Amino acid sequence: MADSDGRQVDSINHSTGKICKELTKEEKQRLRKEKKQHKKNKKDDRGPPEKEKEKEKASVLAPSKPATQSPAHKAAPVPVNASASESPVAAEKPAKSKAEQRAERRARQDTERASKQGKKEGGQQSASSKPKATPNELQPVVKRLPEHIQVDDPAALKKLAKKLERQQVRQINIVPLRSDYGYKVSLFSHLHQYSRKNPPTQQISIPATVIHPSIVRLGLQYSQGIIAGSNARSVALLHAFKQVIQDYSTPPNEELSRDLVNKLSPYISFLSQCRPLSASMGNAIKHIKKEISNIPSQCKEEEAKRRLQECIDSYINEKIILASEAISKYAIEKISDGDVILVYGCSSLVNHILCEAFEKQRKFRVIVVDSRPRLEGREALRRLVKKGIRCTYVLISALSYILPEVSKVFLGAHALLANGYVMSRVGTSQIALVAKAYNVPVLVCCETYKFCERVQTDSFVSNELDDPDDLIVTRNGKTHLENWQTVKSLGLLNLVYDVTPPDFVDLVITDLGMIPCTSVPVVLRVKNVDQ
Amino acid sequence: MPGADKETDLSERIESFLSELKRCGSGAGSLRGSAETARETTALLRRITAQARWGNAGDLMEIIRKEGRRMTAAQPSETTVGNMVRRVLKIIREEYARSRGSTEEADQQESLHKLLTSGGSSEDNFRQHFAHLKANVIEAINELLTELEGTTDNISMQALEHIHSNEVIMTIGRSRTVEAFLKDAARKRKFHVMVAECAPFCQGHEMATSLSKEDIETTVIPDAAIFAVMSRVNKVIIGTQTVLANGGLRAVNGTHTLALAAKHHSTPLIVCAPMFKLSPQFPNEEDTFHKFVSPHEVLPFTEGEILSKVNAHGPVFDYVPPELITLFISNIGGNAPSYIYRLMSELYHPEDHEL
Repeated sequence: MADSDGRQVDSINHSTGKICKELTKEEKQRLRKEKKQHKKNKKDDRGPPEKEKEKEKASVLAPSKPATQSPAHKAAPVPVNASASESPVAAEKPAKSKAEQRAERRARQDTERASKQGKKEGGQQSASSKPKATPNELQPVVKRLPEHIQVDDPAALKKLAKKLERQQVRQINIVPLRSDYGYKVSLFSHLHQYSRKNPPTQQISIPATVIHPSIVRLGLQYSQGIIAGSNARSVALLHAFKQVIQDYSTPPNEELSRDLVNKLSPYISFLSQCRPLSASMGNAIKHIKKEISNIPSQCKEEEAKRRLQECIDSYINEKIILASEAISKYAIEKISDGDVILVYGCSSLVNHILCEAFEKQRKFRVIVVDSRPRLEGREALRRLVKKGIRCTYVLISALSYILPEVSKVFLGAHALLANGYVMSRVGTSQIALVAKAYNVPVLVCCETYKFCERVQTDSFVSNELDDPDDLIVTRNGKTHLENWQTVKSLGLLNLVYDVTPPDFVDLVITDLGMIPCTSVPVVLRVKNVDQ
Repeated sequence: MPGADKETDLSERIESFLSELKRCGSGAGSLRGSAETARETTALLRRITAQARWGNAGDLMEIIRKEGRRMTAAQPSETTVGNMVRRVLKIIREEYARSRGSTEEADQQESLHKLLTSGGSSEDNFRQHFAHLKANVIEAINELLTELEGTTDNISMQALEHIHSNEVIMTIGRSRTVEAFLKDAARKRKFHVMVAECAPFCQGHEMATSLSKEDIETTVIPDAAIFAVMSRVNKVIIGTQTVLANGGLRAVNGTHTLALAAKHHSTPLIVCAPMFKLSPQFPNEEDTFHKFVSPHEVLPFTEGEILSKVNAHGPVFDYVPPELITLFISNIGGNAPSYIYRLMSELYHPEDHEL
């Protein structure tokens, strides 16, 4: 995805910022001039160079990928400045500037490779170069908006179609563009709304040469809701990637580190067509791409594959499994005997905490709050009852009735945003609001790999719309909303996520410890510096 | 004997009314609207006045009080029954006072001075016999019935004063009063309505289909999304089952959450409630307040074994404190919640608060 690519470049900068030392002002100016020249030429002849650009990109794609490592720092301010100047112009311009950047990188790559030897001695001075790096990187703020929240912009949709075409430059265009279903509420016309009855593979069969069958299966499982929950989706994704890496074989004249990343891009597009990627999945993909790019070129294929599989395993182990152990340890300190704990929906982490606490002989009882149309709380109820925990079950409309009995609220999170807002299943903010009104402490449990750099203040701009037909229910033999499609002015809204403001949340329990909601950007910064 | 026939006929009607009350209480709240219940109660009380045997006002009041107690016991959550009984009792008192010729209105107000000085002067036995009392009382009850019939229209007439164009209005569940209110406004203004479906009964669906038929842009949202969309809502307009004496509400479950969300976003909360829903009860302890439906509405029997190990609750009503309410719109106009106690003293006599 363009967005993750862009961010990937930034994150690599942090790790390889030592290289910036060589870039002087003159070189930067020269680059800018070159770029402007390129832009003028492109403007004059738009039509024919389309195909040339494709071919150029195809050939540039391979050698330019490792180039992202070395001159990445220099490339970062340049393309971002380019996009800053170009974004007001047209939505299609950023695509071209990327091609220009790649051409420039190719030219620079030779000079960089030569000077790379000399840089290794200057590694000690990376500390001084970093402050030089950061002021440059704090400036660029203009980001590219992700496609899945630009549905109402026809230019953005065209760009997506083109991108999907580009990603299969050597094969036929196979990744389908899903069409929206049903009447969309006007406040949400910028989001996709798909129907579960039209899976993406219905019209088109996808041959195994284009997209790996385990990825197709994964995409269908996502779109039908068979795999749900951010941890489950991330783990399934990583396992599918392991399978892909297993079956991968480097084509001749290609390097594994560059080609594999290219192979993954159409898979990721396909998955995001099935269901928009979650923040945790985005972070996992970034990590994998970085690992793949870091594979040295002299590494043998078998060795490289083994290393990647290990890397994926250790990621799952560290970030998900061990993290949940650490979080349970902290959270159990917060559970005292005689507690009445309220949970909402089905969060694998919160269920794990409660089961651990029960095994450690804490005496408490649980109230599970559930909501239509997903009714995920029933799954949580089954798991807890199987353990032997005493449970009560209510729907979210009965919250005011049940809250006076509650002593603590434990909530899971889908992602923690950089401004301290908690993005979670729809209804979570409501629970936090009413708990605050009754002075009940609210604790959010979240692993650090779900922290994301986005900021958001309301639940409208970036959300997911689920199948609206889920809201239809038959009671006493009558289904009132059966023919909602025929009624012109009737719309159904099935939101998936909402954001909880940080003043409703009292504590966030992560694998790094117990932090207040507002410390999330601190953790992100620490993580980035470590990387 | 014609007298006995009338009596048996009357008691039959009362019995049938009581059994209907008991039956309609189960299931999705009130299958009949509160307005219907109020009208039927008043009609029945008129019949009692006409056909029962009584000699003076005191007897009549005793009879009505007795029947009223039975009716409220049949369905305690349907407070309109008790309210109508109290209204009729007040009518009887007024007619009696008018027949006696004294301006008894002053006596009605319990001023502190009166309590201290006049010891037992308000000890009125209502034992005097007046010939035209029956006719007067029946006439007054007829007036009450006409007033009841016009309440919905009176409330809807005020709609245009409160809704401007391009508004987003949120409501919850199904209220016939709010439906009429919004439909009336839709004749002249264009606005958007979001209906929270109010699980587990999902009466919001009916409301939404009915509103959309009048070409009002309607959206159905699940209860969990109330806070998520509240930031874009301009007004919250709800109906209620009962208005309590302190200005609070006893409304369908989920209303308290809605009110809290509206308060958080400083969105005005407007309650459309006709006067016959005003009840002289105060919110008691939590336990005596609630009504529950069968848990299988919440957790159906298809869930299997876990049902025996789990407590499921399905409360029907929510209490909304008066601080969260901005305005009451009733058939006599708009009022703030702090004024409700005053309206109550006009409608009911303090001695009738306990039937």
